[in-house]
Amino acid sequence: MESVIRTENLTHVYSRGTPFEKTAIHDVSVEIHPGELVAVIGHTGSGKSTFMQHLNGLLRPDSGSVYVDGEDIFASKEATRDVRFKVGLVFQYPEYQLFEETVYRDISFGPRNMKLSESERDERVREAARLTGVGEELFERSPLELSGGQKRRVAIAGVMAMRPRVLILDEPTAGLDPAGCAGVIRNITDYREETGSTVLLVTHSMDDAAKIAGRLIVFHEGTIAMDGTPDEVFSRQRELVEMGLDVPQSAAIADALRARGVALPASIYTSRSLREAVLDLAGGVAPC
Amino acid sequence: MLKDITIGQYFPGNTIIHRLDPRTKLILVVVYIAALFTAREWLSYGVMLLVTCAIVAVSRISVRTLTRGMKPLVFIICFTGVLNLFYTTGGTTLFDWWIFHVTTEGVKRAVMMVVRILMLISGTFLLTYTTSPMALTDGLELLLNPLKKIHVPIHEMSMVMSMALRFIPTLIEETDKIMSAQRARGADFETGKLLERAKALLPLLVPLFVSAFRRADELAIAMESRCYHGGEGRTRMKQLRMAGRDWLALFSGAALLALIIVMNVYGL
Repeated sequence: MESVIRTENLTHVYSRGTPFEKTAIHDVSVEIHPGELVAVIGHTGSGKSTFMQHLNGLLRPDSGSVYVDGEDIFASKEATRDVRFKVGLVFQYPEYQLFEETVYRDISFGPRNMKLSESERDERVREAARLTGVGEELFERSPLELSGGQKRRVAIAGVMAMRPRVLILDEPTAGLDPAGCAGVIRNITDYREETGSTVLLVTHSMDDAAKIAGRLIVFHEGTIAMDGTPDEVFSRQRELVEMGLDVPQSAAIADALRARGVALPASIYTSRSLREAVLDLAGGVAPC
Repeated sequence: MLKDITIGQYFPGNTIIHRLDPRTKLILVVVYIAALFTAREWLSYGVMLLVTCAIVAVSRISVRTLTRGMKPLVFIICFTGVLNLFYTTGGTTLFDWWIFHVTTEGVKRAVMMVVRILMLISGTFLLTYTTSPMALTDGLELLLNPLKKIHVPIHEMSMVMSMALRFIPTLIEETDKIMSAQRARGADFETGKLLERAKALLPLLVPLFVSAFRRADELAIAMESRCYHGGEGRTRMKQLRMAGRDWLALFSGAALLALIIVMNVYGL
C-alpha cells in the first residue's frame, strides 16, 4: 500500500554546539498508510513531539527526509508551506493559540490562510464545528470566555477546518476532566470515520490507545522501540514497564488474574474484551 | 531559532569564575570596564586583551558561544570602526579621495575602538554566562543595600528584576510554541510587506499577552499563598559569603586598574 507519510533516517539535534546539545530523535524511519489511526506513545522527552513537528515541516531535520504523498516536503519553500495544509497539527494545550474576537473567525483562520472562497470557508467552519460538538450559538462569542473543554474543541476545530489528509494531535486530552477526555476522543474517531483521513494521536493514556488505535508506535530515547498492533505491543508488558510506560488497566488486571491461575486468553487490553473473557469463564451469563 | 538567543543566558559550570561571589563579579566587571576605558595605547590594550583571554580560558566558555552572542552587535561594531577610520585626523595620510581621508591615526583609533567594544562585550557576557540570574540579582540587591537608608525600594526592584529574568526563557519558549501552532494553521511570519507582517503578528501577540497576564496572576497568588509580604524581615536560604578567592580576585582587579592608570600616565 502506498504510504501517505514516510520518514527516512530522521535525526534532530537541539542546541547543536552549545553545552545544552541534545539529540531529540535519532534515525527514525517509519511509514504511515492512508486511513490508519496510529497512537504514538512514549515517556516525556522520548522525542515523540519533536518527531510530530517534522511531519508538517515545522522543524527541519538535521539529517534524513520526510515524504508526504511521495513528495519531499523540504524540497522547496512552497512544498514546506503546502504541507501545513495537508498535515494538520494540533499542539498540546491548543487553546493557548486562540486569538480572534469570535469563535467563528478563529476556526476560519486556517481556511483563510488557504485562500479559500467565502462560501467554501463557511462550509468548512460549520463542518468542523459540528464534528467537534461546538454549537453554532457559540460562533459569535469570544473564544476567551469559553470553558476549558470548549476552548479545546474550538482549537481542534480550527485545524480540522483545513481538512488535512493527515490529522496529528499531540495529547489532545491533557488536562481535561474524564467527560471532556471522552468527548475529545469521540470527536477524533467521528472525524476519522466521516472524512476517512489518517490520524496520528500522541497520548499518555494507554487505555485510549488500546481503545481506538489500530497501530501503536512506541518512542523511547529518540528512537522507535516498538511498532505494531495493540496486541503485539501490549504483549510486551515487561519491556513497556522498563521504559517507564504503563499498560492498559485491563491488560494489567488480566495479567494479575493469569498469574493467579485464571485461564484467560491472550490479547486482552480493553475493558470490553476483559469483561467478555471473564463472562465466558463464568459460563456466559451476564449477572445483570 | 529563538532558542539560539544567548544574550543574558547562563551556562552552568564549576570553574573558579563560576564559583566567585556574584558581588565580586559585579564589582570586577565595573573595574574591568573602567580599566578598559583608561587604556590608551597599544601596550595597555595588550595587557587588557591578555587578561580577557585568560578569564575566558579559565571560565571554559567556548569562543564560539561568545562570538555567537555577539552576532546581533556586528553592525554596531562595524559602524563604530568605520566612523573612527574616516573621522580621525592626525598622523600621516594613507589614502585621500573626495571626502574620505584615512590617516595612520584613524586606522589606529578604529582598530582600538573595535577591540575595546569586543572586550567590553566579552567582559559583560562572561558575567551573565557564568552567574545564574538569581545569584546576579541577589548580589546586586546586597551591593545596593545601603540605598535602602534613603528609601529606595531595593528589595522590590531586585524582586521584579529576578522575576523578569526568570520569565524571559519561559516567554521565549511560549512564543516559539504559539508561533509553531499558528504556522501549523498556515500563518506566515516571514514574507509580505511591512504592514502585512505587522498584521501577521496579531495571532502571535494576542495569545502571548493573554498567557503573560495569566502567568503573572498565578504567580501573584502563589506568592501570596506562601505569605510573601515584601522584603521586611526576610531571610535568605543561601547566604552569600565572601571567600578567600573573592578577596584575591578583587585585589587582582584593583591591581590591574592601578597598572592601567600608571601606563596611561606614562603614555604606554
